Amino acid sequence: MSSFPWLTTIGVIPLVGALVISVLPKGSAKLARPVALGFSVLALIVGILAATQFKTSGHNPQFQLAEVHEWIPQIGVSYALGVDGIALSLILMSLVLVPVSLLAAWHDVPEPGRRQQGYYALMLVLETTIVGVFASTDVFLFYIFFEAMLIPVFFLIGSFGGGPRARYAALKFLLYSLAGSLLMLVAVIALYQQGPGGSHGFLVGNLTGLHMSQDTERWLFVGFFIAFAIKAPMWPVHTWLPDAASEAKPATAVLLVGVLDKVGTFGMIRFCLQLFPNASKWATPVIIVLAVISILYAAMVAIGQKDMMRVIAYGSVSHFGFIVLGIFAMTATSQSGADLYMINHGFTTAALFLFAGFLIARNRSRNYPDYGGWQRVTPLLSGFFLLACLSGLALPGLNSFVSEFLVVAGTFQRHKVAAGFAVFAVILSALYMLLLFQRLYTGPKPAGKEHVRDLGVREKVVAGVLAVFIIGLGVYPKPALDVLRPAVTQTLQHVGVHDPAPTHGAAVDGSSK
Amino acid sequence: MAADSFVQAHIDYGAVAPMLIVFGTAMVGILVEAFVPRASRFWVQLPLAIAGMVVSLVVLVTISRGHEVITAGGAVVIDAPALMLQGTVLVLSIIALLAMAEPLGTRSPDAFTQSGASVPGSPAEANAVRLGATSTEIFPLTMFAVGGMMLFPSASNLLVVFIALEVLSLPLYILTGLARRRRLLSQEASMKYFLLGAFSSAFFIFGAALIYGFAGSLDFDAINKAIGTNGGMDGLLAPGVLLVAVGLLFKAGAVPFHSWTPDVYQGAPTPVSGFMAACTKVAAFGALLRIFYVAFESLRWTWQPVLAIVALLTMVIGAVLSVVQTDIKRLLAYSSITHAGFVLVGLIALNTVGISGTLFYLAAYGFSIIAAFALVALVRSGGTEATHLSQWAGLGKTNPLLAGTFSFLLLAFAGIPLTSGFVAKFAIFSAAVGHGATWLAVVGMAMSAVTAFVYVKVIVLMYFSEPAEGTAVVTPSALTGISVAVGTVLTLLLGIIPAPLFEMTQHSTLFLR
Repeated sequence: MSSFPWLTTIGVIPLVGALVISVLPKGSAKLARPVALGFSVLALIVGILAATQFKTSGHNPQFQLAEVHEWIPQIGVSYALGVDGIALSLILMSLVLVPVSLLAAWHDVPEPGRRQQGYYALMLVLETTIVGVFASTDVFLFYIFFEAMLIPVFFLIGSFGGGPRARYAALKFLLYSLAGSLLMLVAVIALYQQGPGGSHGFLVGNLTGLHMSQDTERWLFVGFFIAFAIKAPMWPVHTWLPDAASEAKPATAVLLVGVLDKVGTFGMIRFCLQLFPNASKWATPVIIVLAVISILYAAMVAIGQKDMMRVIAYGSVSHFGFIVLGIFAMTATSQSGADLYMINHGFTTAALFLFAGFLIARNRSRNYPDYGGWQRVTPLLSGFFLLACLSGLALPGLNSFVSEFLVVAGTFQRHKVAAGFAVFAVILSALYMLLLFQRLYTGPKPAGKEHVRDLGVREKVVAGVLAVFIIGLGVYPKPALDVLRPAVTQTLQHVGVHDPAPTHGAAVDGSSK
Repeated sequence: MAADSFVQAHIDYGAVAPMLIVFGTAMVGILVEAFVPRASRFWVQLPLAIAGMVVSLVVLVTISRGHEVITAGGAVVIDAPALMLQGTVLVLSIIALLAMAEPLGTRSPDAFTQSGASVPGSPAEANAVRLGATSTEIFPLTMFAVGGMMLFPSASNLLVVFIALEVLSLPLYILTGLARRRRLLSQEASMKYFLLGAFSSAFFIFGAALIYGFAGSLDFDAINKAIGTNGGMDGLLAPGVLLVAVGLLFKAGAVPFHSWTPDVYQGAPTPVSGFMAACTKVAAFGALLRIFYVAFESLRWTWQPVLAIVALLTMVIGAVLSVVQTDIKRLLAYSSITHAGFVLVGLIALNTVGISGTLFYLAAYGFSIIAAFALVALVRSGGTEATHLSQWAGLGKTNPLLAGTFSFLLLAFAGIPLTSGFVAKFAIFSAAVGHGATWLAVVGMAMSAVTAFVYVKVIVLMYFSEPAEGTAVVTPSALTGISVAVGTVLTLLLGIIPAPLFEMTQHSTLFLR
């Protein structure tokens, strides 16, 4: 069974689905949505089967479920897939979120026809690129998915976003991302020249632990890091995200913020830390400062927003700050926290965006002033929304708390000041999340909304699935942490840092252990 | 050697047969014009021309490959790069000719006037149309141009280079002036092209004369040897090299010899613009490769920095000026200038990766640009071609097939992964980074981002805007259909499985001298 191409299968299933949808004859055009859902659920099932093949105990190679084939041997490119714990968890998270989003997006393009087919086909194409980007163990292949995934998102925002500034948002998203990734391409090329070359010269394994000159390593690190920082997004290159997320349909926003942006933080771990360990340590002070600014600045901006989608988007920027902080604090605790945070943030953001989408579908507005008192209209939705908000502010017992705590605790071992500043975000996030809930749901019952229905069956399924993950990962995060831990250990080994000794005040020089 | 002992040059007919076949077909084409009745000329000329090129290609692949020689008294060299370039020219020309021949339901190529010599709008023109004049003379003209393009990169003597230059240029000057619609613009373009082309030819021949004065020979090999031995004559050599370069860079459309490109591409019949952008570039860069790698090889450290600056200017000026274009043909023209800059980056790498990358890029770009111009020719408004960008608004809604194909080609020009443009760019910039010109690669990537903005703007216009009034897409015959399909499919295939073409270009880097 070990030779079965699990990852390729997971990636190809949605692509086949997209093809089927796009060639549906006119008579059966209304099948587009069920077909899309069916293929994404199939991908999820295969994904779960693949996960059962993944070994967490014992001594394993860095990448499991690996597939390596020559692709363009002349320039060293291989078709190479494989996952470690981080990649596997992110893929599973995406595989869950895609059918959930599709279900939530059931009425985004209500009338059957070319347009509807296009919408769901693009979603499935996006799923393929997501699987590809997390599963690639060849830098070139990663880059291909990294850039190719921009195209479906571009059309999802621009053609289907519906907001008045969707064109602008789509263009801004694409140009920001392209600018970063084109610079990264130079770094990718230069990295190959530093490596052993040959027909498998782009494999991550062949590029790990290279001996480069200090300057080269730093330049390459910067080339990769900027692209990932734009993707993640970090202050000050975050401004495309609120626009893109608020102009996109909620389901697109989930895939964009909840999944795609993880590619940025994932890339930092997989490429920046693993391939350029010394440069990563060199850049740490700057990145930690930027991460703390991201955390605090985005949280404060979120408080001042009128548009609920923008609140959630800025909240995400703040959470991404935590993830980056956890990654570059480089302790086992903070890394585990950051990795777990990536998963948790996916579910929390999905819940926030999709529940906000349910509300918007009922009142046709994204802005606070049009709301108030909706818990009297849609009590069930309000309950789920509160749960999502509480998860967003990292209430103990819910998923985000575990990861946020781990990040802050891990960071404190090495960077006390940074951790101290970051903690303020806990208060700020409580403020913007609770304000969001308060303004939308509390207050007197709105007039003329008596006929508005609460959640239907479809929406209950969406909400239920997300609630299970939010509570489940909060109460019992151990399975996720078990999958992540070996990968964390491996990353830290590549960087060559050890945790500071746990004794009091010993966090001066971690490498002296 | 005594002047009176004439030795007849030996000609290896197996080596030069492909060119002879093309020239022979052109001659027969002229006879067809003279003797075949108008009604059936089109269906004689088109199969004749296509057959001529196909037979030539078959002979090239089967016979000439075994005849890698310097022949015809050292005037023509058939080696691996020459074969590769000739093959590329032939394949591209076949596709381009199919698009040029598009009759749109008439009995002669639709894009061309039936009476090129008459004053636009004059009674003479009306008379010619009434009498049923055809525009089938474009077939022999194109064949002569193709023959010249095949000779250009395989000439091994400056005089033969000059002859090839004229043979390929003169038919192009005429073809440029033959547009059926907007005839004044077309004639103006033709005039500009002819005058500037004549100037550049004069520069070239003057440069050749100076080099003859320096080396006492026009043969590439002899020139190269003389550079190593003749000291103190740099006053003849340096201006000679520069002037020869001017003549060739003019044909390649490099800055600062690019100013004809937008005017000519805009005025010429649209499929001819595609033919020029693809095939002329292949021929011109082929000749540049041979002259700089064989004749001026010993001077490489002198000309390399000069051409690096030309490459830089070409990329930057082409990209920046393409931003402000409002005419799709001019936009593609500036884009072709940028691409010429990219190719130059590969050309100056002075390594086999560079040569192979250059050859790959020329082929990949050629397929895409021919298909793109063939599509432009189909968008009409009020009886003429709708080339203003505003007329392209909303094409994604009114004609999804054309808009989708064109968008895909634009993404290829932008160098998005899974298109040939990405692989080609990667090959070029690998060569640049490989020989230490990382700065050129960085500038190239930055300019890629700029041009990506331009292309994406067109996509935004087609997909995210309301359809423009009066714009219609004519339904072409199978000729354009095949041309576009082949161009597009190859653009995709070379993006996904580029290994076979890489294999070929990598085996085509050794010049005979």
